[in-house]
Amino acid sequence: MKYEAVIGLEVHAQLSTNSKVFCTCSTRFGAPPNSQTCPVCIGMPGALPVLNRKIVEFTIKAALATHCTIAPLSQFARKNYFYPDLPKGYQISQYELPLATRGYLEIDIAGESKQIGIHRIHMEEDAGKLFHGENLGDPRSSYVDLNRCGVPLIEIVSEPEIHSPEEARAYMTKLRDLLRYLEVCDGNMEEGSLRCDANVSLKPVGATELGVKTEVKNMNSFRFVQKALEYEMERQQRLLEQGQTIVQETRLWDSARGITLSMRSKEEAHDYRYFPEPDLVPLVVDPAWIEKIRASLPELPDAKKARFISQYGIPEYDAGILTASKALADYFEGCVRIHPEPKIVGNWIMGELLREMNKDDREIEDCPVTPEHLAELLTLIEEGTISGKMAKEIFTEMYGSRRSPREIVTEKGMAQISDERALDEVISRVISDNPDQVAAYRQGKEKLFGFFVGQIMKATKGQANPQRVSELLRRRLQVQ
Amino acid sequence: MDLWELSLHEARELLHKGEISSRQLTEVFFQRIEAVEPRIHAFITLTKESALAEADQADDRRRREAAAPPLLGIPLAIKDLISTRGVKTTCGSRILHNYVPPYDATAMVKLRAQGAVFLGKTNMDEFAMGSSTETSHFGISRNPWDLQRVPGGSSGGSAACVAARQCSAALGSDTGGSIRQPAAFCGIVGLKPTYGRVSRYGLVAYASSLDQIGPMTREVRDTAILLEAISGHDPRDSTSAPFPVPPYESEMVRGAAGLRVGIPKEYFVAGMDREVEEAVRNSVETLEQLGMQVSEVSLPHTEYAVATYYLLATAEASSNLARYDGVKYGLRGGGDGDLPTMYMQTRSAGFGIEVKRRIMLGTYALSAGYYDAYYLKAQKVRTLIKEDFDQVFQTVDVIATPTAPMAAFKLGEKIGDPLQMYLSDIFTIPVNLAGLPGLVLPCGFTAAGLPVGLQLIGRPFEETVLLRAGYAFEQATEWHEKPAPV
Repeated sequence: MKYEAVIGLEVHAQLSTNSKVFCTCSTRFGAPPNSQTCPVCIGMPGALPVLNRKIVEFTIKAALATHCTIAPLSQFARKNYFYPDLPKGYQISQYELPLATRGYLEIDIAGESKQIGIHRIHMEEDAGKLFHGENLGDPRSSYVDLNRCGVPLIEIVSEPEIHSPEEARAYMTKLRDLLRYLEVCDGNMEEGSLRCDANVSLKPVGATELGVKTEVKNMNSFRFVQKALEYEMERQQRLLEQGQTIVQETRLWDSARGITLSMRSKEEAHDYRYFPEPDLVPLVVDPAWIEKIRASLPELPDAKKARFISQYGIPEYDAGILTASKALADYFEGCVRIHPEPKIVGNWIMGELLREMNKDDREIEDCPVTPEHLAELLTLIEEGTISGKMAKEIFTEMYGSRRSPREIVTEKGMAQISDERALDEVISRVISDNPDQVAAYRQGKEKLFGFFVGQIMKATKGQANPQRVSELLRRRLQVQ
Repeated sequence: MDLWELSLHEARELLHKGEISSRQLTEVFFQRIEAVEPRIHAFITLTKESALAEADQADDRRRREAAAPPLLGIPLAIKDLISTRGVKTTCGSRILHNYVPPYDATAMVKLRAQGAVFLGKTNMDEFAMGSSTETSHFGISRNPWDLQRVPGGSSGGSAACVAARQCSAALGSDTGGSIRQPAAFCGIVGLKPTYGRVSRYGLVAYASSLDQIGPMTREVRDTAILLEAISGHDPRDSTSAPFPVPPYESEMVRGAAGLRVGIPKEYFVAGMDREVEEAVRNSVETLEQLGMQVSEVSLPHTEYAVATYYLLATAEASSNLARYDGVKYGLRGGGDGDLPTMYMQTRSAGFGIEVKRRIMLGTYALSAGYYDAYYLKAQKVRTLIKEDFDQVFQTVDVIATPTAPMAAFKLGEKIGDPLQMYLSDIFTIPVNLAGLPGLVLPCGFTAAGLPVGLQLIGRPFEETVLLRAGYAFEQATEWHEKPAPV
């Protein structure tokens, strides 16, 4: 029997606000343990949460960009469970009345565009972090850092409309690109600012009834999302083919072993006893505010890609790569503004620039070569000041030193010598130094032309403009 | 006359005229505390040293500033559920026996800004769960009118220390009657403000949608002064109302003639104490004599209020009290055990039986499969109860009722029977469910000499109307003048 996968993704995105969702503590990463805390975020008796308006604004941005409906009235709820990283004993989240529902995300899969439904987007607070162990004071104790408590998250829940691990990965990538475009989340999966859980089940192709699902957690990279889902589908298929049943459970992806492992069964699942958060009044969103936010949205990836194709006449493939992040698209446009040769600019960015950046695992935001410098480099080629080959050398230098190409060219005397007088001087010297060869050439041994070029290049350390040299030399050798 | 006999506003006058100093007044209250506290046990913590320092500062400030705030140098007692920076706030519980808040509740911030003096933290039912102050981990408090009786609860310590003249006034908190019922039992004035009138920031939560801090005082004027001081919008409490604070004290004296008073027939139930009923009915006649128009009204869903309350309050409490897990502050049990052992031992040893009962009830009401039948249904009934009041307030300005069906009961009388205990809040609970203001003031005595309290209920944010009616009543009667015999 052939099976098809039914996958729904729950994505947690950390919003990149400066302060936490219910207090004014900083969200800065990497501060000393428990230094960014206050009575509110560590749940001191009597402290109360107050919603940070910025969180709502960021969530509305994400909701509008995914075509969701924004609820005029939404509500926070308490999700109750005990864990030492959760100081109040409940997480403030949204349950029955989330801020946004019913949207979609468009993904490209094998050249085809496909819509994946978004079930809901809601706001919630993050928990703290536990440390066990060896390197800490008492190896038998656990330590808790509450800095992350109250850091704002949104949970984006897809409809179960994803049917392959590739689609899941494409969805995640697209969602990450979108959130970064909106500047609401830095999208870093490895550092946990974007986290993904998946609900996976299999059903016979064409069947309408869904199979038993498992929830897969701990997939902390785009590659692992795909790998884990591939593994989980194979595992379920094997069981079904053996006539066994799937157990509804939560499974953890073990990236070292490349497998998923059972974490807890349905029977062990928590009863979170959700109920409306009495410390926060229902959230009423003014439609005028939504419109204001809508008007402030940046051009989103799909629209930008279409514009790049029509405005710059670059291929769809190039446009896709160049618009994957807003920063890269801005970089491209920054270059083109100065050096209006989109195809050449695009090639340099996708070639030299991204190659170096990928090698260093750098983000475009901290690229050592500014768009202005890259444009200048391309202009130097166009002017004939440098050759394409020299440009690549100079680029490497620019990437390493952050300096402008003109500066490097001048300092190293790397400019091509195209000036007639300068070249004439060298040519005269070469001619007078090699009277025998000149005579031989003039008697018809034209193969010696290469010898003279070689001498000239040697004398100019290769900087002579070869085309100019050849013109001038031919003229001089003919002249008697 | 001893200085401890002064009511808050009388002390304010003498301080203002320079006839007494805050230092003197504070010392006198500590003498009084020394004399009666062994019999009453109203306090969990006394802060004599800091109180005297605060009194000296207040006296200094009075010399420097021409316009002194009304509470400058006034010695107050604070219920131990209200966070006080640097001073233990136990909530009457073993689980917080050593907890010292790093911050002040907003109400405290406001009182400190006025230069009030803080004598100590008062005893209470554990986490405000009780109606007799018998569930406190720190021992019982006694009623100054009869030491064999309870002062009521949960703000029993605050009520007892005001009645026993151990402070000028006190703050209590009220979730289902915890200011009003002890005020009635101890023969003092108590006000539960409209939900949202006073910031809850720093008030340790029992049931967040019902809790309010309020004044407990000797006289209505004192309540007006204290209410004015602690009210107002607080950006730290999303549920606090962004309405201006009226000048309660000056509004209070505007008179009450012409106010329409409703008497709900459901509040005179079978089985209630005959003497209590008589005192309340007589008081209603007094209101009429004062020019108020009295009529009978109906609040048909009253009988469901107690059940509704014990689902909603316990549901919220089960969540609010989850933070006491031994991780961050307070008691930690479990020594070398694993995490579940630590949780279990901390909470088993830290909470008393009534708190555990309510956590269990609330957890059950919120559990999967029961939520709709209990929590959700209770929310719907809460709306009906609120609508009852909305309806009645179309035709009356004030509702007058008994505060509790009985006067102060004997120590130990109801502690073994939770249902009987819960029923002592039958007339106060609906007011919390509807979020309304409720004022209680002395309105008579039983033959045994126990005080009886009249409850006046008003429209949301119409504390002024209650204070006008209450003040007029107080002016016309002498119940508030009789001191407790302690």
